[in-house]
Amino acid sequence: MSKSIQEKPVRLIDARGPRYTAAITTLVLSAALVTKSNLIIGFQFAVFLSAVLFGLRRSIYGFIYRNLIQPRLSGPVPSENEAAPRFAQLIGALFAATALLGGVTGNSAVFLIATSFALAAAFLNAAFGFCLGCQCYLLILRGKVRLTA
Amino acid sequence: MESLLPLVLLLALTSIAGIIYHAKKGDIKKSKRLQIFESEIGARYGKRASILQFSTTFCSECRAAKAIVKDVVKELSDIAYIELDAESNLDLVRRVDIRSTPITIFLDKNGYEIARAKGTPKRDQLIKAIQAL
Repeated sequence: MSKSIQEKPVRLIDARGPRYTAAITTLVLSAALVTKSNLIIGFQFAVFLSAVLFGLRRSIYGFIYRNLIQPRLSGPVPSENEAAPRFAQLIGALFAATALLGGVTGNSAVFLIATSFALAAAFLNAAFGFCLGCQCYLLILRGKVRLTA
Repeated sequence: MESLLPLVLLLALTSIAGIIYHAKKGDIKKSKRLQIFESEIGARYGKRASILQFSTTFCSECRAAKAIVKDVVKELSDIAYIELDAESNLDLVRRVDIRSTPITIFLDKNGYEIARAKGTPKRDQLIKAIQAL
C-alpha cells in the first residue's frame, strides 16, 4: 500500500485530552450561558485562542489536563494528530468571539445563540466523543482540493 | 430558574442528537455501486472481496475500527483489508464522498462498492456483511 496511514509526520497529542478539556469547556460555557457573563465568555475565548496559537498541549486547559488529569489516568496513551482538534478550537474561538461581541454590544440574542452553539459542540464531544470541529476539518481539506483543482 | 431553562433545553436537545448519533454509528448500509480502481488505492484487491477503510491521523476511533475489521478478516485470505489515509487521498475522498472517518467500504472482487459503514463497524453486522460477500 503506497499511501498508508503511518507515513506522514504529524504533531501528536494524547487522544484522551480533547474529551476531558471539552468537559471543562462545557462547564465554563454552561456558567456563561446561565449568568450571561461577558467575563466568563471572554475567559473561554482566551482559552480557545491559546489552543489555536500555542497548540493544545500548551493551552490553558491542556496545562490543567497534563498536570491534574493525565497523571491519574492508567493504561496505554493513545495518540492522534493535533491538527483537527486544534481546528475545532478555532471554530470555538470564533463562536466565543461572536458571543463576546454580542455581550459587549448588549445584543443578548447573539450572545445566547453563539454561546449555545459552542456549548452544544463541547457537550457532544465530552459526552459522546463526537468532535464537530474535527469533522469539519476533513470537509475543509476536501474543499481546498476542489478550489485548487 | 428562568436563566437555567436555555441550558437545560440545550443539553436535552444535544443529548438526543448524541444518542441518535451513537445508535446509528457503525451501521453497515448498502450503497451505490461505485467502482474504485486498484490504481487509486495503490493496492491489490482480494480474490473474493476487499474491505477499504478510510482513516485520518486525527481520528482515534479509526484504530478501533481497524482492530475490529482486521480481527474479523484475519483467517480469510481471499478478503483483502486496505487502510487509506484520507488526507493523502483527497481526490478519491471527494469522488467516493467521504465526509468523516473512519469509513469502511466493502468492495466486490472487481472493486465495486457493495456497502459502507460510518464509524466503527458493529462486530455482528461486520461478520454478516463479510459472510455475504
